[in-house]
Amino acid sequence: MSDPVLAVERLNISFHTRRGVLRAVRDLSFHVERGETLAIVGESGCGKSITALSLLGLVPEPGRVEGDAVRLEGRNLLALPEAKLRRLRGARIAMIFQEPMTALNPVLTVGEQIMEAILEHEKVSRAAARDRALALLERVRIPDAKRRFSDYPHRLSGGMRQRVVIAMALALSPAVLVADEPTTALDVTIQAQILELIDELKRENGTAVVLITHDLGVVAEHSDRVLVMYAGRKVEARATADLFARPLHPYTRGLIAARPQPGGGRARLAEIPGTVPSLFAMPAGCAFAPRCAVAEPACGVAVPPLMPAEDGAVACIRAGEIHVPEPAREALRA
Amino acid sequence: MFQSPPAKPCVPESVLSVDDLCVRFSTARGTVHAVDGVSLSLAPGETLGLVGESGCGKSTLGRAVVRLIEPASGRIRLAGEDVTHQPRHRLRAARRNVQMVFQDPFASLDPRWTVGELIAEPLHIHGIGSRAERRARVTDLLHKVGLPPDAAERTPHQFSGGQRQRIGIARALALEPKVVVLDEPVSALDVSVQAQILNLLVGLQRSLGVAFLFISHDLSVVEYVSDRVAVMYLGRIVELADRETLWRSPAHPYTRALLDAVPRISGGHRPAPLKGDLPSPYDPPQGCAFHTRCPLAYGRCRTETPLLRGIGPGHSTACHLADPTLPGAAPLAA
Amino acid sequence: MTVFEISAPAAPAPRARDGLLLRLLRQPSAAVGLTLLVLIIAMAASANLVFPDDPLDMVTQPFLWPGEDAAYPLGTDMLGRDIASGIFHGARVSLLIGAVATLVSLVIGVGTGALSGYYGGRLDAVLMRVTELFQTIPPFLFALAIVAILQPSIPTITVAIGITAWPSLARLVRAEVLKLRHGELVQASIALGASDLRIIVLHILPNTLAPVIVSASILVASAILTESSLAFLGLGDPNVVSWGGMVGAGREVLRTDWYVATIPGLAIVTAVLALNLLGDGLNDALNPKEAAR
Repeated sequence: MSDPVLAVERLNISFHTRRGVLRAVRDLSFHVERGETLAIVGESGCGKSITALSLLGLVPEPGRVEGDAVRLEGRNLLALPEAKLRRLRGARIAMIFQEPMTALNPVLTVGEQIMEAILEHEKVSRAAARDRALALLERVRIPDAKRRFSDYPHRLSGGMRQRVVIAMALALSPAVLVADEPTTALDVTIQAQILELIDELKRENGTAVVLITHDLGVVAEHSDRVLVMYAGRKVEARATADLFARPLHPYTRGLIAARPQPGGGRARLAEIPGTVPSLFAMPAGCAFAPRCAVAEPACGVAVPPLMPAEDGAVACIRAGEIHVPEPAREALRA
Repeated sequence: MFQSPPAKPCVPESVLSVDDLCVRFSTARGTVHAVDGVSLSLAPGETLGLVGESGCGKSTLGRAVVRLIEPASGRIRLAGEDVTHQPRHRLRAARRNVQMVFQDPFASLDPRWTVGELIAEPLHIHGIGSRAERRARVTDLLHKVGLPPDAAERTPHQFSGGQRQRIGIARALALEPKVVVLDEPVSALDVSVQAQILNLLVGLQRSLGVAFLFISHDLSVVEYVSDRVAVMYLGRIVELADRETLWRSPAHPYTRALLDAVPRISGGHRPAPLKGDLPSPYDPPQGCAFHTRCPLAYGRCRTETPLLRGIGPGHSTACHLADPTLPGAAPLAA
Repeated sequence: MTVFEISAPAAPAPRARDGLLLRLLRQPSAAVGLTLLVLIIAMAASANLVFPDDPLDMVTQPFLWPGEDAAYPLGTDMLGRDIASGIFHGARVSLLIGAVATLVSLVIGVGTGALSGYYGGRLDAVLMRVTELFQTIPPFLFALAIVAILQPSIPTITVAIGITAWPSLARLVRAEVLKLRHGELVQASIALGASDLRIIVLHILPNTLAPVIVSASILVASAILTESSLAFLGLGDPNVVSWGGMVGAGREVLRTDWYVATIPGLAIVTAVLALNLLGDGLNDALNPKEAAR
């Protein structure tokens, strides 16, 4: 296999606050290949969004990013000065956000914003940038792109805005596209359109996609590999099809079973008791142990190491011995 | 407005009945018919799910039912009593029969009050019980929603989102209402916590016999909790059916598109997503509001608004294609 | 969105109520402001004990420089009145007028703002036009005119300052109420059947308290300044000693005996500075987002 486009090695992100040091991400490693979608899934506070920001060097104060490397096409972003990082941002790695309005400048027309993105990084004439911006708007299938070109963002619907943001992100054909909950703010029929669009662009351009989401349905349909995070750590990483067929970590299994399934009837949902622990008060050992149905005393002692499992990895000392509960299996086969 | 409203107007045993309700908003950009001739009824102990995308009027309808929004026309009956145009001071008694749970558990609870004070507030307002009786009732309600008795002494910000939603539910149940309107009650919560709240709601309904009007954009959630489901599009109900019928044989093209758009863990074949954006509510399309996005629209859809009519026991839809008596209509395959 | 999700789980957040004083004292400037203010209040409270005689009485020879006579540490003015006694008794007048005038502003401003923001519509339009009318007249000139017409006395000065200073408060409260009015907090209360009065008094006003307290502390400072200015112009209450009046009296001998005007001037500066520092400190301490950092 060729070198991955993006490789993250032992990433640590911490926040130094008055109330103490908050370790948002610990020892996180993953990689993404060309033309592949890696989904990072987890609940609020698991560190998935801050990981996304760290890939672009955008972790805000008082956050500190440490670790061995964040390698983008061989270059270690952690070792690059801000000026060089800025040149890569947008050009080689781009990001789309949950709320497209935060990424758009309200006083520029959508066409101008895409032109600016191009002119910022490349020495081309304004006319050439204009043509490319228009082509991009058509590419992301904005109807009547010529007229929309000179519209201001507030005149567009949420779905159209997200298309514009995607057009901007793709303006310079980046190698990696980081999408942080790109459809969470959108309606379900619009979500389907946007996710299809991202899939199509990935297929055609060979872009590597890092898809951050909390929605397992989105993961199942739009990713090749999955990384499950809990309380700042990777707990399971597998090929998507395998993960849903045979989830190994009790947390992954809990997440899948907690979701009402279409046609699943009104049987009591398998709930995960309790809530995500505060990053200020992490339990010793496995962070999931206090909520885990199969935890044993050893789980509370040491953080379970990531072990190779099938084609991926899982961080649970009991992953080998426990089987998938029957109802979950049936739901998956349906 | 309807020739034959499918929900019988004011069935005696219904705890809530809404007849031909219209809600209009006048803004600088024009008038929006947020709810446009909606009729529905709710039997004791039943859950009616209300689904649709943003701007379909589902939340407005919910708020009109608890009279947070003044309807322009139509009728709302609560336990047989017409409350449509009652002035606020006379509504007090009726409010004991209908309560509401809001989406944002962080915004709907006063951060300065203790949980005990918050839950006792409705009892206080309605002058129910002595101080000691109210305290006992608070403890009882906390127990019902799965919170420890000492929660009463703490303030809301000491609780997680899911626990706050439990507090909101306890408060809504304090007056022993016949109907509770739940407006996106689990949308702000993590998946693992969603399951806890959904299980709680289903259990409470079984033990208390309260009727729910459950508003959500999430079809999986609605399917899980509802006995019957109403699908809304641009202010109108386009399909109303019991849960199984709706999921097994949806009659309206919009319902089918909505069901198809939900990403599924179980995968399977997915038809192409619905094209186009939601039309502007300020300028809804002529004829059937859905015809601009409908893959099956024909001439008549552009000119004539389809009426909601029965197509089976407890199943009605507003689509010309489902009208077997008219020429040009094709029978719909499920 | 993104970053703040890390603080979303049920962290034992610091309680807003306890530790306000502690949070205040943690900021050096606020601690200084609070200390100065406590000192001034102590002076006002002890004035009758330390200086039992009328500060307007002539007690010794005029133009005693500070330190010249140990019995009169701050010296005497051109009429032989004890300046130290004037400063102590003047603190009472300044604080009294500052506090009561601010109270008057609070009642009018919070009332107007709350009604305007909560009910909106025509009532809001009328109340806001009235507010604007008050804002078009420079407050100092307005107060000056009222005092000139009604004869200067402590009640008239207080009322004059109070009814000219409220418009900014009204606007502030209206903006805060508007933010809450259509939020789920108020909607939830209406759905429970709560009356308007209950909602405004129990849910809305307590949640607008923080910015109101902050601007009230600044209003006290500006009321003290206005009172001093009026007294300086000879429109103070002639029967009581006030810092502004002392500065005004000392003006004529500024070239030869500058301390007569400067000492009460410093008292005014100190009081106003103390209140402003306190106001800034309160702003940070009452802001829960800042407090969490």
